[in-house]
Amino acid sequence: MTATPPLLDVRGVTVTYGSRTAPGHTALHGIDLAVAEHETVCVLGPSGSGKSTLLRAVAGLTEVGAGTVLLAGRDQAGVPAHRRGVGLMFQDHQLFPQRDVGGNIAFGLRMHKIPRQETERRVAELLDLVGLPGAQRRAVGSLSGGEQQRVALARSLAPRPRLLMLDEPLGQLDRDLRDRLVVELRQLFRDLGTTVLAVTHDQAEAFALADRVVIMRDGRIAQTGSPVEVWRRPADAFVARFLGFRNVTEADVTDGGAATPWGTVPVPPGTPDGRHRLLIRPSGVRVGVGGPEEGPRAVVRARTFRGDHVLLLLECVGGGARGELEAACPLRSAPGEGAAVGVGFDAAEVVVLPG
Amino acid sequence: MKRTAIFGLALGLGLVTACGSGGDDEADGGGDDGGRADVTLVTHDSFLVSDEVLARFEEETGHHVEVLRSGDAGVVVNQAVLSRGNPQGDVLFGVDNTLLSRALDEDVFVPYEAAGLDAIPADLRLDAENRVTPVDTGDICVNYDRAWFAEEGLTPPETFADLADPAYRDLLVVQNAATSSPGLGFLLATVSTFGDDGWQDYWQRLADNGVEVVDGWEQAYNERFSGSGQGGDRPLVVSYASSPPAGVVYGGEERPDEAPTGVSTGTCFRQMEFAGLLEGAANPEGGRALLDFLIGRDFQEDMPLQMFVSPVLPDAALPEEYTRYGVTVDDPVTMDPAVIAEGRDGWIDEWTSLVLG
Amino acid sequence: MTGRGTAVRLALLAAPVAFLAVFFLYPVATIVGEGLRDGGAWQLGRAGEVLRDGDTADVLWFTVWQAAASTVLTLAVGLPAAWAFARLRFPGRKVLHAAVTVPFVLPTVVTGAAFLAVVGRGGLLDDWWGVRLDNTVWAILLAHASLNFAVVVRIVGGLWSQLDPGQAEAARMLGATRRAAWLRVTLPALMPAVASAAVMVFLFTFTSFGVVQILGGPRNGTLEVEIYRQTAQLLDLPTAAVLTLLQFALVAVLLGAQALLTRRTETALSLVDPATNARRPRGAAEHAALAAVLTVIALLLVLPLAVLLERSLSVPGGGHGLANYRSLFSDDGGTFVAAPWQAVETSLRYAAIATLIAVVIGGLAATALARRGGGRTLRGFDALLMLPLGTSAVTVGFGFLVTLDEPPLDLRSSWTLVPLAQALVGVPFVVRVLLPVLRAVDDRLRQAAAVLGASPARVWREVDLPLVRRAVLVAAGFAFAVSLGEFGATVFIARADNPTLPVAVARLLSRPGALNYGQAMALSAVLMLVCTLTLLALERIRPAGRTP
Repeated sequence: MTATPPLLDVRGVTVTYGSRTAPGHTALHGIDLAVAEHETVCVLGPSGSGKSTLLRAVAGLTEVGAGTVLLAGRDQAGVPAHRRGVGLMFQDHQLFPQRDVGGNIAFGLRMHKIPRQETERRVAELLDLVGLPGAQRRAVGSLSGGEQQRVALARSLAPRPRLLMLDEPLGQLDRDLRDRLVVELRQLFRDLGTTVLAVTHDQAEAFALADRVVIMRDGRIAQTGSPVEVWRRPADAFVARFLGFRNVTEADVTDGGAATPWGTVPVPPGTPDGRHRLLIRPSGVRVGVGGPEEGPRAVVRARTFRGDHVLLLLECVGGGARGELEAACPLRSAPGEGAAVGVGFDAAEVVVLPG
Repeated sequence: MKRTAIFGLALGLGLVTACGSGGDDEADGGGDDGGRADVTLVTHDSFLVSDEVLARFEEETGHHVEVLRSGDAGVVVNQAVLSRGNPQGDVLFGVDNTLLSRALDEDVFVPYEAAGLDAIPADLRLDAENRVTPVDTGDICVNYDRAWFAEEGLTPPETFADLADPAYRDLLVVQNAATSSPGLGFLLATVSTFGDDGWQDYWQRLADNGVEVVDGWEQAYNERFSGSGQGGDRPLVVSYASSPPAGVVYGGEERPDEAPTGVSTGTCFRQMEFAGLLEGAANPEGGRALLDFLIGRDFQEDMPLQMFVSPVLPDAALPEEYTRYGVTVDDPVTMDPAVIAEGRDGWIDEWTSLVLG
Repeated sequence: MTGRGTAVRLALLAAPVAFLAVFFLYPVATIVGEGLRDGGAWQLGRAGEVLRDGDTADVLWFTVWQAAASTVLTLAVGLPAAWAFARLRFPGRKVLHAAVTVPFVLPTVVTGAAFLAVVGRGGLLDDWWGVRLDNTVWAILLAHASLNFAVVVRIVGGLWSQLDPGQAEAARMLGATRRAAWLRVTLPALMPAVASAAVMVFLFTFTSFGVVQILGGPRNGTLEVEIYRQTAQLLDLPTAAVLTLLQFALVAVLLGAQALLTRRTETALSLVDPATNARRPRGAAEHAALAAVLTVIALLLVLPLAVLLERSLSVPGGGHGLANYRSLFSDDGGTFVAAPWQAVETSLRYAAIATLIAVVIGGLAATALARRGGGRTLRGFDALLMLPLGTSAVTVGFGFLVTLDEPPLDLRSSWTLVPLAQALVGVPFVVRVLLPVLRAVDDRLRQAAAVLGASPARVWREVDLPLVRRAVLVAAGFAFAVSLGEFGATVFIARADNPTLPVAVARLLSRPGALNYGQAMALSAVLMLVCTLTLLALERIRPAGRTP
């Protein structure tokens, strides 16, 4: 395994927009990233972090200023987009309006001079695969957003690209469809053994889809790792905040306790004394209705249902605590809005962020 | 990128090939041009000759004639001036007396005494060096609508003075002297008749008498003149002495006793057309033969019903339709080409501000 | 990408640049240079004299303001029609769409005569209401609006028919009134096409010759008439040169203004299949609007054409019949000054070749210009392509004469010069029609195709071409119409072969005789028919197989 080079190897890639004489902003700063065969990697980041540029650089649609892009060990410098053998599914699908569904899917096969019969067979197969059997003759204009997405996916899969890149694959779909498709996609990629590099701004999507996630910030990679690793140990406050955690603060740790705006919070054993950045997961914030008289007290300002639990937005009102705090609690015991609660912390759910 | 470039190149080549093959088609379809086109006549858009007459010339001399037409006489002469020394053809036909001085001053032609020149009246041979050969004459005259005057019980005008007579108020339509050749001819006629200091007054009287000025002969004759039968309502128009026979010949099958339009023979300006061998002609020998042909009997007798001009050959037989419906103008106004060249621009400017301004 | 992009662009531009340089810039620069130089020294004093002349100022002022007023009027009547043709389905739409181009094609001497019959003395307006417009500016403006109606309908309508109505609908859902949605969403999207059409109409009317002469009378002279007079009649090349430069300067100002106006508005648009975009009119307002559009077309375009048809059918000596048409067939020697059927054939052949040249050259130029970026040089080239429209035919014709006179380019008496000169006028149309549509094609659509394995040429064929095919057909129709009706340059080029239809018509009209007149009208009607049928045929061409 180790002998074969990674399918995609991005080394020190820098992309700057603007002309040579008047360089604009730098979208990518010396990115290093490898994707192994059959791996699904999700690039996650806020908009403007350079994730789409990364895909375009790999596809050959954007000129790379410095660094190299290798596909299966081959330098792609000077190789035009149409000879790279990668697939790219665009954010807004970009289906060819003048072709029907079948014509769209068959496009790549025609470009690769696949015989007609074979093409027709593959188109039918792919339509089955994406759950639109028999849709060949439909006009793309008549498709719903989800259907367009499926056609776009089938189209990018059709020429069997060695690397499939997806730009916000589920971007415009509603939550329900999205959740369903994520599962379908993951199953599909696993069945087909496709190597996937996907870009999304939605962490849930990324975590559900990826073997590995890469988090980008301002054209640089902030963290890379398995979803569990990243989720467990965000590399820094930016990543933590980007993942949706609000309870991030800077605090002085002494004797296993950190002095935070929310009062003293226990930290995991072995945490050295000194100034640290802390993340308290919502699940580490315990809420008790009419709890102990001592300790921080708060009022529930908002409740968000998250399936099996409720996310509470607390406003600390006393006991040496102030500011807002997020807490997760089971459905059954969730206090109502406006309720006054006591707040406690679980050291196991407190993460000391590096740096 | 390379492919795009090649694609572009292919398109370009396709274009060239398309043009090329178009040219071949032309050569194939035309059949009789290409290599055999050895004497070229440069002329204006009004030039016409019968196919048989031209074919006879080609047969007799072995020269194939190509006729290049462009625009009016002014355009043709000016183009010849611009391409002096490297002309488009061998012979130019269509220099009239209003343009003659320019052509001669610019040394567009080389002298040649055409065979049969002696027979042509001396007063038509305006260049002593024979750089140009007179080919035809025509008269620019006021035409009138016979039916209209008959109906009104009015005698058609005969002279310039008549035209300013209140009896003929609002009847005349003339052309812009600045852009139309008959318009210029008519202006020159009035200048010659009333003199350098008198013509302005005459035109003032014409204006007071309701003369209408339109831009070209086509509008004047076809749209404004009642005699053309196209709905115009002015019974007097500046046109040619040959317009009545032309109107009959081009009017249909019918041959009436009398042309429906008449000519006010006292209002005529003599136009003469010349031809000449162009300086730098590729085929001077063929060109000379062509000049001989232009004043030869064949062409001279063909001309009246083709271009509706009068031959310069005194004993050329005139077609019956030409004489029957036409008139002979005995005493047209003439003007020395040098005088025309000298005064023309100034007269036009003055006329423009006087009549149009 | 930058380096590669530039190389591709240069490759694409090579042919248009060469074409323009050889067949326009070189001839025109030479003839102007000859005017401004006397014995090797520049005579710039003449320029001052001409420019200070009060007559020049008058002519200039009249030329500019009649062109501006004609453009405004044409847009006012043309834009609603562009909407109707793009968005509404009604009986006779296709035939009418082709027919509105007819006045544009007819020789101006014929259209002028037809208009005169409507607005002149004894014309229909005179008969009905005693109104006469001949020798007034109104006649010129109305005729210009009639002539250039098709320019607005075709250029603006071409884009409009492919514009996604969803955008305007979205705006209306956001609370915009119908008017606001139009002003804020639809109009900005159409702006590049509207500006293009306006520029074309302005340039056409700016160099208007026949219409101004026939309808405006001899008092209303334009710069074009003056240049013609100075060049072709007086051979006063210095004055002509100064006037030509003046013409160039005005055209440059105009194009600069247009560039400023459109640069901000030209963006990728969402394009849809035009076939799905048109529907039956709904509601009283739309029916009323359609009725208004059809009325304008009836009065401004159909009526003059009907007059023409009536004249072509009137028999010498009274009554109506097909005598004029029959006489087109008869070939009894002398009575016919130009063989009519050969004129049809010649015209069609020239127009086909000119269209091919214009579409290839204009298509290459538009493809290069549509690529993003490009900067000032490219915009300059864009403007340069428009220049032939704003240049006198006589300048170009005489320029050919003094430049294309040495082997290997001794084309002076070659028949190829005619379609080449016609293509010169066709190219700007092709560019103007294609550019907004090409620029509206989303670049990512091309990238999607590239990633699927399509080479750049293939991308052009598979993505751009199908999307712009309609525009290409519109452009080809224009180029064809322009060459079919082109008279100016053709008449200044010495031709050995049969005349084109407009020249044949002009020859017929230049002689007395009811037969000639009737034949001229019949031949004009034939020209109308040829034009309508060709445009209909062009519009019938549908994108080929949509199967994989």
